[in-house]
Amino acid sequence: MKFKYTHSAAAVLLAIGLASPAMADEEAELVINDEIEIVTKTTAPAHLDGHLDEILSGWRFRSDDTQAMQMDDFDNPAMLGAEAGMELFETAWGSEGKSCADCHTDLESLSHVRPTYPKWNEGAGEVRTMQMQINDCLTGRMGAEAEKYDSNNMLNLEAALSSVARGLPVNVAIDGPAAETWEKGKEIYYTRFGQLELSCANCHEQNYGNMIRADHLSQGQINGFPAYRLKNAKLNGVQGRFKGCVRDTRAETFSPGSPEFIALELYVASRGNGLSIEGPSVRN
Amino acid sequence: MKRIAISFAALALGTVAAQAEIAAGDVQFDDYGAVEMSLTGAPGDPEQGRVIMTTKSMGNCVSCHAADAYADVPFHGEVGPWLDGAGDRWSEAELRGLVVNAKMTFEGTVMPAFYKVDGFTRPGDAYTGKAAPADLPPILSAQQVEDVVAYLMTLKDD
Ligand code: HEC
Ligand code: HEC
Repeated sequence: MKFKYTHSAAAVLLAIGLASPAMADEEAELVINDEIEIVTKTTAPAHLDGHLDEILSGWRFRSDDTQAMQMDDFDNPAMLGAEAGMELFETAWGSEGKSCADCHTDLESLSHVRPTYPKWNEGAGEVRTMQMQINDCLTGRMGAEAEKYDSNNMLNLEAALSSVARGLPVNVAIDGPAAETWEKGKEIYYTRFGQLELSCANCHEQNYGNMIRADHLSQGQINGFPAYRLKNAKLNGVQGRFKGCVRDTRAETFSPGSPEFIALELYVASRGNGLSIEGPSVRN
Repeated sequence: MKRIAISFAALALGTVAAQAEIAAGDVQFDDYGAVEMSLTGAPGDPEQGRVIMTTKSMGNCVSCHAADAYADVPFHGEVGPWLDGAGDRWSEAELRGLVVNAKMTFEGTVMPAFYKVDGFTRPGDAYTGKAAPADLPPILSAQQVEDVVAYLMTLKDD
């Protein structure tokens, strides 16, 4: 696959001789702030046997410039969201007059969260995303209103929680009580949706490394989320991204926060087990 | 099929020159996925076919297929094979079958069917993300398919 890619991409460039999107250096390594080493390529988890041998972060597929923006927090526009999230973490929010920090001391004490979510919650008897868990704290403990899915506050808090987890391996559990939700997510991943009849796997498993029009297809991993997209100049949530991809198959989408996308998020997260958390990231 | 029969009758009488359009659900494939009969009876316009293939809001074939033949159009995809020489490799009927529904030729291919209106999972209303209307139109009209086929026929290797 890699050979085919280099070969035909070069041929396209030669043939059209026009400005083409800058090619990624798929062999580059990501070290953030000269300090945090990020695993952007590793052996696929066992559950992907027969599907993928190797898993790659979306960072590897971005242009040199976009890659560089993520290598230094001062150049990474997503870090503004993380900073806003850090402030929110210290801010008293609802009728109880409590901030997140009143219960959780500091963000670092929550560095295990981003790598292990979505996760089964025993008390609630459901798989929860980070946003669901945050809303539970907001409404259940702080006397605050629930935030909408992918609200600015939510994405900023996710960015803050991701920033303290950078370099830790994605490690979501797919067995035990989470297994049923995981299976459901897997089924969605391989379903060919819409009038174009395309599944996530058609693009991100069968064709990663290939160009689709001006886009360089990645494996659609979510270790980099939330992601600041140059295209819309803001932080984007995982499920908002899913929605865009499903829409692009000329399908009726699911909504962020729906049971389908919660299951899909667990499944897609598990395809990245072993990559480092690198969010909040920069993408185009 | 009934409408077609009628139009042939009309043709025989010499009153109507054009064949009625074959609806998306009525297209007949042979065992290899080829479609012998023109969907409209009118010849395709290769110039128009090239526009359809290279325009995002129309066929958007260029998003997956590169070709020297339309090298002036930027951003060729590499999900499907190069299309130069397609007019040598395939007959007109085979190309029509590929554009109408490539899954009849290549089982399980990622190439979408451009003249098909049912059998989808959660079909949408174009790229709005909303549910499709009950009378979802095919991605390309019958004449647009003929135009694309006419253009593909011009893609010869020499
Ligand atoms: C028609 C092709 C296509 C399909 C089908 C598709 N995607 Fe994508 N997806 C893209 C493109 C193009 C991008 C932008 C380039 C990239 O990162 O791959 C993208 C990006 C993504 C990203 C962002 C990756 C990053 O590192 O920033 C995620 C996550 C993703 N897709 C998940 C999915 C999921 C889950 C599905 C199925 C519900 C899906 N995609 C279906 C084309 C597709
Ligand atoms: C989402 C990707 C995609 C799109 C869009 C697409 N194709 Fe294809 N096409 C393919 C793939 C992949 C194949 C190879 C068949 C296979 O092995 O699955 C193919 C095969 C073909 C072939 C036979 C190739 C050869 O030269 O032997 C022709 C002709 C063709 N496509 C024409 C078109 C036309 C015309 C359009 C637009 C109206 C189009 N395709 C849109 C993916 C695509």
